This record gives sequence, structure tokens and C-alpha cells, in this order.
Amino acid sequence: MRAFAAILGRDLRLATRIGGDALTLVLFFVMVGAVVPFAIGPDRALLAQLAPGIVWIAAFLSTLLGLDRLFRADEDDGSLLLLHHAAIPLEAIIAAKMLAHWLLTALPLIVASPLLAVLLSMDMPTWLATVGALVAGTPALIAFGTIGAAVTVSLKRGGLLAPVLILPLSIPVLIFGVAMIGAPTGSHAALLFLSALSLLAVAFCPFAAALALRVSAE
Amino acid sequence: MTDLASAPKPNWFSRLAHPGSFMAWSRPIIAPLAVLTALLFVVGLYLAFFRAPLETENVGTTLPILYMHVPNAWLSQFVYGLMFLAAFGTLVWRHPLADVAAKAAAPLGAGFTALALYTGSLWGRPTWGTFWEWDGRMTSTLILLFIYLGIIALWRAFEDQLKAARIVAIVTLVGGIDIPIIKFSVDWWNTLHQPASIVTATGPRMAGAIFLPLILMVLAFTLLFLTLHLSGMRTEILRRRVDSLGRQAAMRAAP
Repeated sequence: MRAFAAILGRDLRLATRIGGDALTLVLFFVMVGAVVPFAIGPDRALLAQLAPGIVWIAAFLSTLLGLDRLFRADEDDGSLLLLHHAAIPLEAIIAAKMLAHWLLTALPLIVASPLLAVLLSMDMPTWLATVGALVAGTPALIAFGTIGAAVTVSLKRGGLLAPVLILPLSIPVLIFGVAMIGAPTGSHAALLFLSALSLLAVAFCPFAAALALRVSAE
Repeated sequence: MTDLASAPKPNWFSRLAHPGSFMAWSRPIIAPLAVLTALLFVVGLYLAFFRAPLETENVGTTLPILYMHVPNAWLSQFVYGLMFLAAFGTLVWRHPLADVAAKAAAPLGAGFTALALYTGSLWGRPTWGTFWEWDGRMTSTLILLFIYLGIIALWRAFEDQLKAARIVAIVTLVGGIDIPIIKFSVDWWNTLHQPASIVTATGPRMAGAIFLPLILMVLAFTLLFLTLHLSGMRTEILRRRVDSLGRQAAMRAAP
């Protein structure tokens, strides 16, 4: 437990220091949401109708683009190799890193969502549903993303490969997430599906990611 | 002192697993397979274009596209199933040729999926009036195409193909588990967003005259895949040998 907390604390501290880019992703998220009205026009009714989708696309892009941070810094300075021999299993370390990543990536998105709600003329019930959907769905996004990050960690110019791999696999999250907000019927079902997907993904992804990290380190 | 005569005879598993064995037994069967494939195509296309009834209830004169579309769609899923099994072979059983099979199958699968989407589009235009419709099946096939292309990109991103093999196997397995979830979520999404007109083509009733050419075309395309896959595997093994020879030459040339 102490080792888990140590990894968690380390990642959080590293990200919030000067060299880390903790808030850049939030800025990206808000900016994507702000850029969309330039593309589709300032018609408030239209924006309100498209708002759930826009918020989810912004969250998607931000999460996918932030994936590299999970393992890249540790891989570059060699700490990832050391973590293979830590006191707790690699799967637990990945779980701690996932939690840190969620706290650094998804939680700021959720906190920044009122800004997007105002920009995209969402009303209160819609925004509340959006927050709920993001809370239920971002763990699944982060979990899939962790697998993508682990798979591409040993590539020098991995670049956009992890997002390209993970985006098709994460489409169910997008479908259920948007349905939770906007669907006239079935939003309750969407919540259940999304939560199930998140729980399953979070449970299984550390094992897949650990396997990928071990293979990459050979 | 063991000599060649008392060495264990290759059993069926090593014939499959040993690259040298594989090259030996696969070489003589590629040409006959290709001939058989061509034959099936000729017979199937003849029956499809000249013998099948052209006027059917919901499909009309566009029926021949069906004979191209269905085999491609079937193969796009079959090939992924094959890649899924190969991924198991690489990770769980450490089969030496499983990764070669997976690597050779990926571009073929992507090609068949793209062809399925293309022929489906061509079929959709006269049938539904539009080249693309976001219905459950087309959307799921599009996502499958993206997964294939991502896997191909992953193969090409690694220098060490043996490391790539295990990484790609992990991604293939995760993708394989996710594909039913994707299919389910897309179908569920589609029922929420049911378009105004009835756009799902139920497909023609399978009268015998329609069914036989279809089976023949499916068989023909499957054999086409088999031929291309085997020769793709051979090419990949040869490619790896070339790489290895290049590395050995480089090591000899180094001072």
C-alpha cells in the first residue's frame, strides 16, 4: 500500500512541477470546445444540441493526446526498468500510474467542463449529465489509453500511433458517453453500460499493459 | 553421439512450426492453390453474372454486387479471427510461425475489409440512394478497418520484428475482445438513432440459384486469401532471412 501511494505521489508531484505540463491538456480541452463554434457557427440552439458530442470529442482528443505522458518520461530516464523490480508487482504500479493520470487528466477536464458548458450553451441538467458521463467514462478511456501507451513505449517516434490504435477501441465509450447525456431514452442503460465498461477496462488493463511493458523491456 | 539418422522425425507440429519445414511443404502447394482459386472464380463469376436470376424483390438488378460484397465481408471477420488465434499462438504457445502468419494476414484483412466497404457502398447507392449509411454493420466494419490499419502501422513502427510480434499480439487480443463490445455498442447506438426511412437491406431471399454462386464465391475468395496468405508468409520468412544475412554481413565487415 505504501509503495502504491509512493508511486501515486511521485507521479503527481512530477507532473505538477515546473517541468510537468499538468494543465496544458485542460487548456487543450477548453480550446477544442471553444474552436468548434468557429467551425459550425454561433447558433446557440445548434450548439446546445451538439454540445454533449463536442464535449466528448474534446475529452477524447485530450485524453488520447496526453497518453504519452504515462510512460514516456520514465522510459527516457530509465526508471521504468527499475520499476520492473519494485516491491509491488508491475500491474500495481501501472494501476497507481493510471490513477495518477486520471487525477491529472480527467479530473481537470471534469472541473473545466462548466466553462465548456457556458461556451456551448448547455443547460444545467445537460451539464450535470455530462459530468456524470465523464466521471463514468474517463476511467475506461484512461485504461484503454494505458494499453496503447504501454504498447508504444519503446518506440522512439511513436507519436500518434497510440491514439490511432486506441481510438477505434474506445468508440463504445464515446457511444455510451454521449447517449448518457443526450439520448431521450436509454440514458440509464447507457450509464450502466459505460460503468460496466469502465470497471472491466480498469480491472483488466493493468495486466495487458504490464505484459506489453515487459515485452518492450526485453 | 546422435547422428542425422537417429534424430527425431519431424511430427505434424514441427512441420507446422519449423520455418524451414514450412518453406519446404508450402512451396509446391501454392501454384495448385492459385489454379484452384482461379477456377473457382471463373465458375463462380459465370454463375453469378449469367445464371443467377437478375430480378429479385428487394435488390433488383444489383444482385451481382452481392457476390463480391458478401465474401469480402465474411473474410474481413474471418481473417481477424485468424489473427486472434495467431496472437494466442505467439503469446501463449510461443509458436514460431504464429507471428509470421499474423503479419502476413493483416494487410490481406485490411484489403478485404476495404473492399467490403467499397462494394457495400456501390451496392448502397442504387439500393438505398446513398453511398454511405451509418447503420450498425457498415459502422462496425469501418471501425474494424481502422483496427486493421492501426495494427499494420504498429508492425511497421518496430525495427525488431520479434518484439513487434508480441506487442502486436497483445493489441490483437485486446482488439479481439473489444470487437464484440464495439459491435454491440454500435448496434445499440443505431437503435437509438433510427433514421426516418427503412434503410436496412434485408438481403435477397436465398433461393437456390442465388445461393450456389454465393457459396462458390465465398469459397473462391477464401482460397484466394489462403493462397495470398501462404505466399505472404513465405515472403515474410524470406524477408527475415535477408535481414539476418544483412546483419551477419555487417558484423563480418566491421573491423
